[in-house]
Amino acid sequence: MSFLELQQVSKSYGEGQTEVHALSNITLSVDRGGLVAVMGPSGSGKSTLLTIAGSLEEPTEGEVLIDGQPLSSLSRNEKARLRRRTVGFVFQDFNLLAGLTAVENVSLPLELDGVGARRARVAGLQALEDLGLADRAGHFPDELSGGERQRVAIARAVVGDRHLVLADEPSGALDSTNGEAVMRMFLAACKRGLAAIVVTHDAQLASWADRVVFLRDGRIVDQTIPPPSPEALLQDVRNP
Amino acid sequence: MSVRHALLGLLSEGPKYGHQLRQEFEVRTGDVWPLNVGQVYTTLQRLERDGMVESADDGAEGAQKDFRITPSGERELLAWLRTPPDLTSPPRDELVIKVLVALALPGIDVRDVLQIHRRYLVELMQQWTRLKEDEAEFDLPLALVVDAELFRLDSVIRWLDAVDGRLKRASLETFEPDTSVPRLRRRLAVRR
Repeated sequence: MSFLELQQVSKSYGEGQTEVHALSNITLSVDRGGLVAVMGPSGSGKSTLLTIAGSLEEPTEGEVLIDGQPLSSLSRNEKARLRRRTVGFVFQDFNLLAGLTAVENVSLPLELDGVGARRARVAGLQALEDLGLADRAGHFPDELSGGERQRVAIARAVVGDRHLVLADEPSGALDSTNGEAVMRMFLAACKRGLAAIVVTHDAQLASWADRVVFLRDGRIVDQTIPPPSPEALLQDVRNP
Repeated sequence: MSVRHALLGLLSEGPKYGHQLRQEFEVRTGDVWPLNVGQVYTTLQRLERDGMVESADDGAEGAQKDFRITPSGERELLAWLRTPPDLTSPPRDELVIKVLVALALPGIDVRDVLQIHRRYLVELMQQWTRLKEDEAEFDLPLALVVDAELFRLDSVIRWLDAVDGRLKRASLETFEPDTSVPRLRRRLAVRR
């Protein structure tokens, strides 16, 4: 069953002559273990789609379901709890808190959710270790490289019992090797059963996804057909 | 692709025989480019004729015949490594031509045409990426070949995106191709 479902979601800002349709009639679902990339140019509605999927904004029309639960049926507090417990966000500019160490940044969402400090720290250290950052746990963000900061941000997004990761241009400022490392981490998280959406204009990042959805002027205009196994590709290359 | 120089490269490590050269060539190129043994021997014969390799005169024939690189072959190899391939003339790219034709035809939605190609290219990239995910993490030559292919396909997608952007900006103006002067050719002195 789909973990995240957007059903005929539309979003507009303003009214009358100044009304802008950011999203029109978006239907999209992501299963547990699935990684979906959303590609499109600037202004195509990618980021709006992500904020609505993560309950940070409400759609003008349509419904979003997370784990079968319609977000419109939840109160503000319930949505906030859902975001803390279930949804992890990763942003292009990392959004780490400068005054907290790496492990404090990672364990913060757990502590905000009422998990005891010691348990939260153990979980935070584990998440950092999974991403190869155990030796950076005590460093502050400005003591880390760009790639390390993004890995801390990913650790924060997957720590605890999260089931959905939403990433907005997660490797925007990173070189291609670090970008690849970021996508390998998302894939690994999906293999553990998380559902993930990555929005990006970068085809190299998007090509790590099981499915790529193309957005234009707020509408889904196309999507990829699941690729055949890579062996088929090599067969083609080897026997043209 | 220069099989000739790839073979010189392998021989610069020490004498080798034909089958071994074929095998090593395939491994070093990530098993992506197959090479038949006939191609190897034809190339070796030409290299021998040009004085760049010599075969050991120990009476062995065919598959067991040893080849070694000569000083002239070494010089040729080093010069080739440092000579950029000829990229001065824009290739006559079929996709570019398709888009230009689409732009000139009335009643064609160019953005739909662009999207068909974009999706196809992303699907190809997904396949190459899957290969990298499955195998290439521990196979450096394969990873390099796959990266080269991904960057090449990515650059085509970026071009499609740029076309999209230009069309959007130009959508209020009427596009009228100027057919009177071969402008690009004149400005860039593009060779035919």
